[in-house]
Amino acid sequence: MPGGHRVPREAVVSILFPAPGLWRADPVGDPRAPARAAPEHFSDLNIDQIVAALTAGREEYELDELYSMPLDDPSAVSYRHEVFRDLQRPDLRACVEAFAAAQREVRANLAQAGKLHYERQRQRWFLAAASAYCHGVDGLAESLARIDLGSSGMSALREHLSAYSTSDHFTALHGAVAEVERRLSEVVYTLAIKGNRITVETYSDESDYSAEVAAVFERFIQAGDGAGDPAKSHQVRFRERAEMDHVEGGVLEIVAGLFPEAFSSLEAFCDEHDGFLDATLRRFDREVQFYLAYLDHVGRVEQGGLRFCYPTVTIHPQEIFARDAFDLALAAKLVVEDRSVVCNDFSLVGPERILVVTGPNQGGKTTFARAFGQVHYLAGLGCPVPASEARLCLADRIYSHFERSESLEDERGKLQEELVRVHDILSTATSRSVVIMNETFASATLHDARYLGSEVLRRLMEIGSPSVCVTFVEELASLGEATVSMVSAVDPADPTTRTYKVLRRPADGLAYALAIAGKHGLTYERLKDRLGSRELAS
Amino acid sequence: MKARLLHREQDFDRAKQLPSNEESLAQDLGLEVLWSVMAGGDMFLFDVAKQVMLAGLADPEEIAYRQAVLSDCLDEPRAARDLYELAVGALEGERKVYRWFFGRDNPAAMLRHSVEVLEVLLGSLGDLARFANDHQGSFESEAFRRFFAEAIAELDDGYLSTVKEHLGRLRFEDGVLVSAGLGAGNKGTSYTLRRPLGSRKSWRERLLGTFRSANVVEVDPRDESGTQSLEELRARGIAPAAVALTRSMDHVLGFFTALRFELGFYIGCLNLHEQLRRAGSPACLPVPLPLARVGLVARELYDPVLVLRTGGSVVCNDVAGQDVPLVVVTGANQGGKSTFLRSFGIAHLMMRAGMFVPASSFTAGVCSGVFTHFKREEDATMQSGKLDEELQRMSAVVDELAPGGLVLFNESFSATNEREGSEIARQIVRALVEAGMRVVFVTHFFDLAESLRAGYAGKALLLRAERNATGERTFRLVEGDPLPTAYGEDLYRRVFGIPALPG
Repeated sequence: MPGGHRVPREAVVSILFPAPGLWRADPVGDPRAPARAAPEHFSDLNIDQIVAALTAGREEYELDELYSMPLDDPSAVSYRHEVFRDLQRPDLRACVEAFAAAQREVRANLAQAGKLHYERQRQRWFLAAASAYCHGVDGLAESLARIDLGSSGMSALREHLSAYSTSDHFTALHGAVAEVERRLSEVVYTLAIKGNRITVETYSDESDYSAEVAAVFERFIQAGDGAGDPAKSHQVRFRERAEMDHVEGGVLEIVAGLFPEAFSSLEAFCDEHDGFLDATLRRFDREVQFYLAYLDHVGRVEQGGLRFCYPTVTIHPQEIFARDAFDLALAAKLVVEDRSVVCNDFSLVGPERILVVTGPNQGGKTTFARAFGQVHYLAGLGCPVPASEARLCLADRIYSHFERSESLEDERGKLQEELVRVHDILSTATSRSVVIMNETFASATLHDARYLGSEVLRRLMEIGSPSVCVTFVEELASLGEATVSMVSAVDPADPTTRTYKVLRRPADGLAYALAIAGKHGLTYERLKDRLGSRELAS
Repeated sequence: MKARLLHREQDFDRAKQLPSNEESLAQDLGLEVLWSVMAGGDMFLFDVAKQVMLAGLADPEEIAYRQAVLSDCLDEPRAARDLYELAVGALEGERKVYRWFFGRDNPAAMLRHSVEVLEVLLGSLGDLARFANDHQGSFESEAFRRFFAEAIAELDDGYLSTVKEHLGRLRFEDGVLVSAGLGAGNKGTSYTLRRPLGSRKSWRERLLGTFRSANVVEVDPRDESGTQSLEELRARGIAPAAVALTRSMDHVLGFFTALRFELGFYIGCLNLHEQLRRAGSPACLPVPLPLARVGLVARELYDPVLVLRTGGSVVCNDVAGQDVPLVVVTGANQGGKSTFLRSFGIAHLMMRAGMFVPASSFTAGVCSGVFTHFKREEDATMQSGKLDEELQRMSAVVDELAPGGLVLFNESFSATNEREGSEIARQIVRALVEAGMRVVFVTHFFDLAESLRAGYAGKALLLRAERNATGERTFRLVEGDPLPTAYGEDLYRRVFGIPALPG
């Protein structure tokens, strides 16, 4: 992680990093920043899946880079929390989305202009790009002026925008766009086609004949005709190409001759307004996607009834807790399938440092460990975390040690490899590092695992890193006052049903029949709920 | 022009999805037998019967609207069937028009096809106007009177000749005139077909390009891509008219299809009525009470499916279930309990559809939907345990329930022991009744039946499969409290040829 204070290359506003003075680093787009290899915990904790979900459909913004740069200053975290809170407001959100859409249109139109043969076509696409740009900028400036902003990041942007959008340079551009567009929109011509001849004329109020035909048969329209159904609308589709062939080109030349003012004003516009994009707005266009992508993902997952919160972040590892924490990568999948997601609580109070998780397999232990790592990672990005309430350590590093699936055949070789990795972790971790160990030494004999596990945990306690250790060795759960025992609970009455709850003590079972009825939502209480809400819906 | 024979204010929604319990409802109540008889060999009518019966009505006034149409058809079966044949004939005429090969995006072919089809349909519209004139006096229902009046007003000679004139003009023998504006990248857009202005002469001049030849693009016939481009411009020009006319053709066909469908439902009722009469079974128009009124009072209620299967008369039951939301049926195995349950459900479905019902008199609050939860003997799709499967089906029923729903239980939750099954059922019945559902529960669990008797005094009708003095089943149900033993023993005796116990 490159550290140290650096002066930003351009004196432009950033909504991701606080203004100079508070800067820690701004490697965004900096050619000197080394390309980061995705660290181990990215795949162990399924953070790679979260990032993939966040960046899907937003490839053009190269957000991966932004999501792999954790912060280590609580004030930088607050800077982002403020921007997040602002962008959660639907009114602000809507106008930022509109701006982003306009910027995409600008890029697409300029690209299109570059590809065409006929000059009059290139000019028109350039005009369309400038038009989209003006509307985007004006829209954003107007709405930011109306909206009460809480973040210093967005406020700084507003200041810049209000100066820019009222500058002579910009207002002249906007006026010219509107004038040329108006002239072109007034062009209407007719084509008389017979045989191999097309005669082009200005339009002179001839009536719409297909409307006349439709009106004659209107009285037969039936509700079941599927008027809105595209398969039955019989709409004829033509292949729409951006470029023109020589017949269309010939027609356009005649049209240009019939409407000379409109076409000469277009030509003049292109000559006068080359290079109209503003640097700060380009940067904002990218950075705001960091927030929008995350909020979109939060919105999708919240549909499953799950909650996110802004965590309190601290650089002191005492008093860490989260309520209703969940594995965001897993939740994103389950919500799509309309399946429920189990949330868990955890806390490390006073001398407690290590959550030792035991219990039956497939009971949600690994998921719990991942959730612990993920909330810490996401907190470090300055993002809301998947939990209803949380106080977390702003980690200097996150370490994970998961059993490798591509295991070595040789037991001894494998154990050695594991020990080397654990040693590496223990020799660099600090009291601000988050450590997650999942089934470490699972391949060892019970005797070895008990011995090695105790030794490793004792060292970890000395360092004081907030940690999770998933293990089958129950003795590790009671090594001392720093360990907290947690158990993945299973319904004893119906062992086929996993609760995926990880608790400090096991849950009681219900009688089998009612438990299974409950599973289908068919107990009296559950039915009252299900049927009670029905009346509102119907 | 609207058929409006099923709803006063709207067309029947043929695209509407059937209720998701459609399959189990049809299977549990034997509805396919009913629909087959209604179809009388016409698969189209089978579908009509199925769709209309499954999408029933919950408003007594809407039901009365259909009952009036049905009365007309029962009074004038010949004329009703003639009108149905007229609609069928129009639709068959369309099928006889040669279908030019057209890719869906060929406006010229679309235009030619729809002109030809509409020329055929014009004949059927004339026939319909004449039929309306001849028969308007003999139909009394609101629906038929409105329909005939509309046909007479909308399909007069003036209108029919206007249509004919347009069909001639749409051949475009003088070329086409199209307007356009500037779209993205200055390509042509908003192509609109125009009716030429002014004299025929100046229009010809423009087409021939004899004035201002600077405004003419002429394509060399050997220039293949140029010719293609010109053809595309022409196609863009006539496309709106081709689309408008094809949709118009669809509208007229849609009208005849709706007429066939909506009238077809009553033709199905006629077919069923004739079969039941032939078997000597009664049928009556029911008296539907508002959804808020629970309970059912009927005389000679029977299962029409059983009649149609056996061709003879079957056991009828009188039911005095005024104001009770819950019916509990207990008693001997194979004592007519399931048959009763089916007759109960079918009669409700038929009433909801606006049909007559299988009884000599029938008064009941309409229900918002009919749902079945029958014990399944075998289930090929079973994934987990049997109880699990039963509960899963129950949960699916709950998902679909709205207040006023009728749920028919047949030996449900018997995949587990009596103590557990009864407890599950009790909780479900309690929650359903409290939420405003109507429940009929056939069970051999004494624990369940007895607790429902005690818990719903005055609010439940208790029926029992009857035995006569010699211990034989009569297949008739009588009012009576549940008894602690089922009649499995006498079934056993009969099967094994052991004489019945006296008394």
